[in-house]
Amino acid sequence: MLTKGKVSGIISNLVIVDADGPVAQNEICRIEHEGTKLMAEVIKLNRNQAFVQVFESTRGLRVGSDVEFTGHMLEATLGPGILSRNYDGLQNDLDRLEGIFLKKGEYNFPLDEEQAWEFKPLAEAGETVEAGSWLGEVIENWIPHKIMVPFKFSGSFTIKWIAEQSSHRVHDVIAVLTDSRGEEHQITMVQKWPVKLAVKAYKAKTRPFKIMETGIRVIDTLNPIAEGGTGFIPGPFGCGKTVLQHALSRQADADMVVIAACGERANEVVEIFTDFPKLIDARTGRKLIERTTIIANTSNMPVAAREASVYTAMTIAEYYRAMGLKILLLADSTSRWAQALREMSNRMEELPGPDAFPMDLPAIISNYYSRAGFVELNNGKTGSITFIGTVSPAGGNLKEPVTESTKKAARCFYALSQQRADSKRYPAIDPIDSYSKYFEYEEVKDYMARNISPDWVDQVVRARDTLLRGREAQEQINILGDDGVPLEYHVRYWKSEVIDFIILQQDAFDKVDRTSPIARQKYMLGKVLEIADREMKFKNFDEVASWFKRLINSLRQMNYSKYESGEFYNHLKEVDQMLIEIAEL
Amino acid sequence: MTEKRAFQKVYTRLTRITKATCSVRASGIGYDELALVDGRLAQVVKIIGDEVTLQIFSGTEGVPTNAELVFLGMAPALKVSEELAGRFLNAYGEPIDGGPALTGKEIEIGGPSVNPVRRMQPSQLIATGIAGIDLNNTLVTGQKIPFFADPDQPFNQVMATVALRAQADKIILGGMGLSHDDYLYYRNVFENAGALERIIAFINTTENPPVERLLVPDMVLTAAEFFAVEKNEKVLVLLTDMTLFADALSIVSNRMDQIPSKDNMPGSLYSDLARIYEKAVQFPDGGSITIIAVTTLSGGDITHAIPDNTGYITEGQLFLRRDSDIGKVIVDPFRSLSRLKQLVIGKQTREDHSQVMNSAIRLYADAANAKTKHENGFDLTEYDERTLKFARDYSEKLLAIDINIGIDEMLDTGWKLFDRYFSPEEVGMKEELVKKYWPGQSGKQ
Ligand SMILES: Nc1ncnc2c1ncn2[C@@H]1O[C@H](COP(=O)(O)OP(=O)(O)OP(=O)(O)O)[C@@H](O)[C@H]1O
Ligand SMILES: [Mg+2]
Repeated sequence: MLTKGKVSGIISNLVIVDADGPVAQNEICRIEHEGTKLMAEVIKLNRNQAFVQVFESTRGLRVGSDVEFTGHMLEATLGPGILSRNYDGLQNDLDRLEGIFLKKGEYNFPLDEEQAWEFKPLAEAGETVEAGSWLGEVIENWIPHKIMVPFKFSGSFTIKWIAEQSSHRVHDVIAVLTDSRGEEHQITMVQKWPVKLAVKAYKAKTRPFKIMETGIRVIDTLNPIAEGGTGFIPGPFGCGKTVLQHALSRQADADMVVIAACGERANEVVEIFTDFPKLIDARTGRKLIERTTIIANTSNMPVAAREASVYTAMTIAEYYRAMGLKILLLADSTSRWAQALREMSNRMEELPGPDAFPMDLPAIISNYYSRAGFVELNNGKTGSITFIGTVSPAGGNLKEPVTESTKKAARCFYALSQQRADSKRYPAIDPIDSYSKYFEYEEVKDYMARNISPDWVDQVVRARDTLLRGREAQEQINILGDDGVPLEYHVRYWKSEVIDFIILQQDAFDKVDRTSPIARQKYMLGKVLEIADREMKFKNFDEVASWFKRLINSLRQMNYSKYESGEFYNHLKEVDQMLIEIAEL
Repeated sequence: MTEKRAFQKVYTRLTRITKATCSVRASGIGYDELALVDGRLAQVVKIIGDEVTLQIFSGTEGVPTNAELVFLGMAPALKVSEELAGRFLNAYGEPIDGGPALTGKEIEIGGPSVNPVRRMQPSQLIATGIAGIDLNNTLVTGQKIPFFADPDQPFNQVMATVALRAQADKIILGGMGLSHDDYLYYRNVFENAGALERIIAFINTTENPPVERLLVPDMVLTAAEFFAVEKNEKVLVLLTDMTLFADALSIVSNRMDQIPSKDNMPGSLYSDLARIYEKAVQFPDGGSITIIAVTTLSGGDITHAIPDNTGYITEGQLFLRRDSDIGKVIVDPFRSLSRLKQLVIGKQTREDHSQVMNSAIRLYADAANAKTKHENGFDLTEYDERTLKFARDYSEKLLAIDINIGIDEMLDTGWKLFDRYFSPEEVGMKEELVKKYWPGQSGKQ
């Protein structure tokens, strides 16, 4: 018998329910309201009173309304047909909700229940299996989608029966398993998993060792993210967090991209809806939308579901990772999720931590980031979730609880600088403050040495030093004036400008420049370092500036030209010609 | 809405009164429901068992424990119909223009949000004639964008100008904490322009209780949704001043003893503002809601919680600044940004738009550097001198808010200024554009 209850208090979307039986923390309940049922989650229990956060507006709700508890936590529905879908934070399929406006209390099943999938068995009767074992596969878009033993199953099972290659709908039974006590379990192509718990159906989590190519120079070259790694992008409003995440979602070398639009603008999600069905993924030649799933809980959608949205996204990523895939998970913005936690914690009159955020915010954030990672599955195959979140610090000040907590949890730090954004130096990732801890991993260094070039790490370090020295020179020039410093300072400054303009800056809206494969990045880094290493003689600082401006202009044209095209080489010739001229002076 | 209904129960025993709220024992009351307490409008904010707590919009001063309390059975609502056009109303949606009471379908304000998959990507340019906007920060239907301005800047004038030139089917003004003079200003401007039948206004002036302002944006947007959804009209919403709206939020939350977050604002400020701004939308059937708001700054500080949260929500911002060199107010090209401009630039405007825009701003930035250099006592180069002259002309002929020209003319003006002060190499634009548009360029060859 499931527990029932009645509403006894309402404070905005915090509702107090008097329950007539046992209730679990985080259990989901449904509140009767004007012929619909509002979904809510238990967030605190006190004797027979359950404090629940309603995922909807509670306008018009009355004390005394009936409540039924469901006996389970908030769960994601996992099965073929998640790719290319647009879900809300509770995994409702937005395209199948009627009408222009979202209606209260309307929920739907996240998968297409009628669609037929060609099931191909990957295991045989008699085999021993456990949670996460691959029983079979169906082709979803182009990804071999594994049908697995449900993650909730514990212990080992024997396959009693498994379907032959044949067409099935998601609810059809495709296998029967026997547990150690001889009890039989029917397996369909759908399973459920509570979103707040990490899926652990793998053998081991290993240290990331390879880099995930993103096509963004300032990331790949200077602050690479590892496959299975974590990173975050803090930045004041308008500095380019979303543009950067969209670029990652388009270009990153991943099998699947899950985007959680968490408490941000609806128009930005519409941009993805509009562009992704048209854009082609250069790696596979398929439409981007085919590898993408969007969880949209925009800022005007119910606040409580914001928290759910990031967990739903993570659970979907974990499900696909268990198929041996390379997943990129993006969340924009994790600050909105933290704010949703704050609103609720204040409503419950909990003792507030810094800036009125809940005391356990650091733990919640670190818990979430720890679900990403590179895993070895039980069958020896590997899968990964690379997670990159944005943070929107209040007042642009990085000393605030969400940024500080995230800094402890994430291994790459891509700090967007207001100053760079103001001078339109996009992407505005600060080259000096930002870091990637993976750059220090021996495994990653090894990988780069083998896959990019043996002296790659050296080169990157030299590029960084050039930037640093350029910044110092610039400071001196600003203090002492153009004439007050040796000419060499100007040259140093302009050499760092070459790296800034040619490696750091990248036009996210230019068809060619927006993405740069690693081979091209390697070439361009080599070129700018060749320039940085040159001895140069100039008559005066005016000449330094105008020579470098011309040089940068030609190098930029290279960035804007198709790699290794005639145009590209023409501009290269201009550059080389200039370098010869300067050597002859 | 505020009239009592005969069949309703009258309560006369308030159990508790605070600065902002009162409580009463009652059952069967819906959350968010409206009530009249001692003739003042109030709304249910908390129900615990049979104790219902209401927030009284105009404050509780003088409310006695035996005040009459009547529940109105619904959340705040507006009667919508075509008749709204041309009307001036208060924060409750009641006429203040001496005209007849509203009729039409009564709709609860603050309604549900649009399903994101039912939205269209904004794509229609809004021309205002002001080059600081059209050239550098092009606006698009369905966008939401505020003016960030210090209180002494003429933002109401600029808003009225933009509204009248925008070719909207309806202009809906939400005045919050508007001075009576500014209210009359808007009325006169709209009347003189012969635009009254396209205008709807919901006005809360400084003479009205501040907390009543909280209803204004939802009233405005309920009307806007009616015209945009039911009539497929292009609706332009003007909200002035959102800082005063947010101040009212903080008054309420402080009175209700909520834990304040930054700058004494409620922790929910982001969500509260987003709920309003996100109503901006382009519908597939042609209707749209565009929101232009004003957020006044104090001493230009944009890190204050109100502009900061606003910036995180809106699609850019327009900064007004007084340029002392030309003695005029300009749209600051550095700090202003329309995030949707790339959806129309070069698509609905001439091919050279983006390059002219960027080059001019870059040269203007060079001028700013030269200025700093000069102020720090360093010598200026000949190039520096030219950028300074360019900046003055650029400010006067393009950035000033009193400009009213078409976008092609703005672009032509840009090229003329480049030619006057610089060589094509210094401006560094694409060769093909220089050939085509640089004045006298074709003649030279
Ligand atoms: N890489 C880029 N190339 C060119 N323009 C860019 C780039 N990144 C950002 N911009 C410009 O900056 C604007 C704001 O960027 P974006 O929306 O990504 O900011 P944000 O940090 O996500 O802001 P918010 O916190 O308000 O969401 C864009 O509309 C665009 O005009
Ligand atoms: Mg953003």
